[in-house]
Amino acid sequence: MEAILLVILLGPLVASAIVLLGQNQLSRKVVHSLAIAAVFVSFCLSIYVLYLSIWGGLGVHEEIVYTWGVGGPFTFSIGFLIDRLSALMMCIVTFVSFAVHVYTIGYMDDDSGYKRFFGYIALFTFSMLLLVMANNFMQLFMGWEMVGLVSYLLIGFWYQRDSATFASLKAFVVNRVGDFGFIVGIAGVLFFAGTLNYLDVFAQAPAIANQGLWVTAHQYVSAPTLISILLFVGAMGKSAQIPLHTWLPGSMEGPTPISALIHAATMVTAGIFMVARCSPLFSLSPTAMSFVLIVGATGAFFMGLIGIVQTDIKQVVAYSTISQLGYMTAALGAGAFAGGIFHLMTHATFKALLFLGAGSVIIAMHHEQDMRKMGGLARYMPITYITFLIGGLALSAFPGFAGFFSKDAIIDAVGMSATPGATYAYWCVLLGALVTTIYTFRMIFLTFHGKPRMDEHTKSHLKESPWVVTFPLILLAIPSAVLGGIAVKWLAFGDFFGSSIVNRAGDAPLSLMSEEFHGAWQMFVHGFSTWPFFLFVIGFVLCWVFYIWKPHWPAILQSKLRPAWFALDHKLFWDDLEVGVVMEGSRRLGSALWRWVDDGLIDAVAVNGTARAIGLGSRVIRHIQSGYLYHYAFVMVIGLAVMVGWLIWR
Amino acid sequence: MPYLSLVIWVPVLGGIVVLAADRLRVRWLDIRWLALGFSILTFALSIPLYTSFDVTTPTMQFVEKVPWIAAYDVNYYLGVDGISMPLIILTSFMTVIVIIACWKIIQYKLAQYLAAFLIMAGLMNGTFASLNAVLFYLFWEAMLIPMFLIIGIWGGPRRIYAALKFFLYTFLGSVLMLVVFIWLYLKTGSFDILGFYNLHLGLVPQMLIFFGLFAAFAVKVPMVPVHTWLPDAHVEAPTGGSVILAAILLKMGAYGFLRFNLPIAPDASMKLEWFMIALSLIAIIYIGLVAMMQKDMKKLVAYSSIAHMGFVTLGFFVIFMIWQNTGSLGAATLTVEGSLVQMISHGLISGGLFLCVGVLYDRMHTHEMAQFGGVVKPMPKYGYFFLAFMMANSGLPLTSGFVGEFMVILGSFQANFWVSVLTAVALITACSYSLYLIKQVVFGKVKSDRVAALKDISPREVLILALVFLPVLLIGFYPQIILRVMHPTVTHLLSQVVPAALGGGAG
Repeated sequence: MEAILLVILLGPLVASAIVLLGQNQLSRKVVHSLAIAAVFVSFCLSIYVLYLSIWGGLGVHEEIVYTWGVGGPFTFSIGFLIDRLSALMMCIVTFVSFAVHVYTIGYMDDDSGYKRFFGYIALFTFSMLLLVMANNFMQLFMGWEMVGLVSYLLIGFWYQRDSATFASLKAFVVNRVGDFGFIVGIAGVLFFAGTLNYLDVFAQAPAIANQGLWVTAHQYVSAPTLISILLFVGAMGKSAQIPLHTWLPGSMEGPTPISALIHAATMVTAGIFMVARCSPLFSLSPTAMSFVLIVGATGAFFMGLIGIVQTDIKQVVAYSTISQLGYMTAALGAGAFAGGIFHLMTHATFKALLFLGAGSVIIAMHHEQDMRKMGGLARYMPITYITFLIGGLALSAFPGFAGFFSKDAIIDAVGMSATPGATYAYWCVLLGALVTTIYTFRMIFLTFHGKPRMDEHTKSHLKESPWVVTFPLILLAIPSAVLGGIAVKWLAFGDFFGSSIVNRAGDAPLSLMSEEFHGAWQMFVHGFSTWPFFLFVIGFVLCWVFYIWKPHWPAILQSKLRPAWFALDHKLFWDDLEVGVVMEGSRRLGSALWRWVDDGLIDAVAVNGTARAIGLGSRVIRHIQSGYLYHYAFVMVIGLAVMVGWLIWR
Repeated sequence: MPYLSLVIWVPVLGGIVVLAADRLRVRWLDIRWLALGFSILTFALSIPLYTSFDVTTPTMQFVEKVPWIAAYDVNYYLGVDGISMPLIILTSFMTVIVIIACWKIIQYKLAQYLAAFLIMAGLMNGTFASLNAVLFYLFWEAMLIPMFLIIGIWGGPRRIYAALKFFLYTFLGSVLMLVVFIWLYLKTGSFDILGFYNLHLGLVPQMLIFFGLFAAFAVKVPMVPVHTWLPDAHVEAPTGGSVILAAILLKMGAYGFLRFNLPIAPDASMKLEWFMIALSLIAIIYIGLVAMMQKDMKKLVAYSSIAHMGFVTLGFFVIFMIWQNTGSLGAATLTVEGSLVQMISHGLISGGLFLCVGVLYDRMHTHEMAQFGGVVKPMPKYGYFFLAFMMANSGLPLTSGFVGEFMVILGSFQANFWVSVLTAVALITACSYSLYLIKQVVFGKVKSDRVAALKDISPREVLILALVFLPVLLIGFYPQIILRVMHPTVTHLLSQVVPAALGGGAG
């Protein structure tokens, strides 16, 4: 078993190392064959591991590979924890990664960084696997940071663009803000549990619940609350939750394949995975759960709203991703951990599909991403159109498609949740369904329907993308359509994850709902008579009216609702706040400290001041030693006079 | 074999031979190869210190003791434990690197340059290996001379100011250290450092001792507010000087705290823990902010060094708080070991960073960031290395930069929640300034024709950068390789220091 796991993990690393070190020697063909072969092997073996863990009686399999370090009484190891949760994640990661690898051959064909790109995405696959296969918090953090590194490298892939280098810097720093909380959370785990090993920590969770510490003189915080919230701060960074979400739209500066792989399907879901993995801890703290729920639900609604006004096709999908991550987070907060993972899985397929579809459009449009200059593409790109439509239907949760099963489960679960704040959250995720439909079909109508708005030159070159691009689209379209219906029975309502996901808060909403669940078909039929579906219809009709029937209406509406549009167009001012206040503020602070304290107070006054004072003093003393006899005599006389005077009058 | 004597005197002899060969104008012999040979020999001689090291005992190993000035009990007394041994290997290793690094760069007074570094290496090794206070003091002060010359002769335009500042700062501190040593001699009748440990002094003398030593060590680390000599020294020093300064000299101060302050003045250390922790946190946060604002690459790396050394001093002085909070020495051991790993790691990473800055300086004769931009375009290999070192500098896992920070943050949580929160701020500041530099210098549009015409790094430069980066990766993947030698020493040290501080009726 260990050999299999090592091959899964290290295969992509070795491929990446060979590709990056041998860029100049290897041909393009060797490079992409090597990278694709490695990730394909990882994928097949991951499927095998999943098979073993479902039918092969693998159970919860832990393995220590080596002892990383021993600090004091604490032993830190590198190892694997393979259960259904991690096996499922491994399959998702390697599957999407494989599709994206193939797609890259077509997408990056005319890019001079072709080989470097393959090296990076193979490295990413390694890092992400390191994260999901970990058996302890330290290794989780290692993978966590490594995916951040690769994300940084890939966002800034076109390093000559200032916007790309700025976006990559911002992504890394914002993620680091999250990691700052995350590492303190890990420190908390070590403090309360005495170990970082998952199984040992979770076994002790009930005992930890009785502990806590005084954060301030008056504020006592229980250990699960403290740890969970700190860990979740890490998840907020990586999974782009409010207010640490601003890096994700910026990350669209990177090539589209990595937007699909990293910034939609896998890396950004690491936070969701982490919370589900730590469910035994999170579920002990109603405060933390409530925090998670409210943050998630708020993002699900408001970030979707921003998506409605975007004109760049990738930006729409990016805001959609933040919104969908909000759904997953809300599911976690509601106690429906399995529902969150279920949506993670379906989202991975349909969102990767949408990004890759958008990429296919972008190639056809000669790297034009503005939807206002598209339109009517369905005729020219049938495969892209149909697969994109499937992705769109899955995203907007049309009954039967993958997203429907996972998202409806989440909406219901939030509605039934006992977590404080659930009512607010319910309205957010419910209305979010309307918002999702609007931005999705606005995007589809603007891009694929209506009159073509591009210039003649572009129009004359429009054609369907090559098979290396369309094949991954089809590959991803299949699960986007059917995966939800197949998996809902086990993932959402069955006991698929067993002891891996534990809700200690008592009756979880999903288990309550499972009593009313009578199979995927029933859920599908019932889906046509629920609020989310009515909202879908409303949203669809609105889009049809505004973008097909009366295409001049959006401009009129925009002028009528200027303040609202202005707020949404400025992304609800969060970016401005972050760049203008936080970044600029810390720059000013640093600058002031440097100029006033380091250069001013310490160096100019204390150090050089002392030197100057000594210099000045010696100059004065030097005047006394003039060498003239009468000066000395004069001083002696004065001295004598003073001494005599003192003797007389003392 | 007397390995310790060899790693001290072989490089010193090497320095003399190099000078002699130059004076005698030996035509057939390239003095660079001669110097390289001596430095490699020194490094080779330091290897057995690791391989033959007994990891089961905290006592001094490879001990050499010869009477020297018997009247005052001054002995030529050498020995290493798990704290000093890795530092000696680091010193010997970095000396090889700086000698290769100057290969085609230094033209002016080459022999003197090489000799300065070789002699410096011997003196630094001597400082780490000394177990006699007089010997320690001699090595400690002698070290200043080659460094002073390196900055003063081969430095930049303001080299005289920087060299004087460096010398005065460090010298003033050391004089107080000498006073402390003499006082301790009068108390114990010996200059034996290990003998000082058995003195159980009252709080007042301990305080005086603490501050006397603090003056010497805090300047070297450097701790805020006595740090301003470092950016100046770095900016003016030649590349090799910066590398040795950052990689080894800064470690002297931290080493001193661990070798002298904690064991000799445990009560004072505990009384002053708030002071040391506060200064360390200021170094981490305040200096981190200041580093972000630098426009000169060397200054940025210098400030970054100060912030990273803040982790080291924090890890050393947070131990009492951990003991009081948890009632065990476990996490205290974790932080001290983390600090020690941080010392080694910072030596490698900051050395690597100064080498990277030096590569650009050799080509453009400036380290001002504004002159650069888009360097990766003409210099792709170099771009990778610079980025890799900067990532290590910001504490990326699987590099050595992560190990120490991780252990110190985790350990300090066990002392106090807020201490660990403030420490962890470094995660944000470190990546901000590191990646800011990368963004300005390595990425972006090619700034000028001069940048566009830059040549990528030569095989020699690839070699030195790779040589420094390999151990960074090795420690990142497997820190146990150095943790294992430190463990017995640190455990023993803490079991002496902390109970002494708590039990000692000095109150």
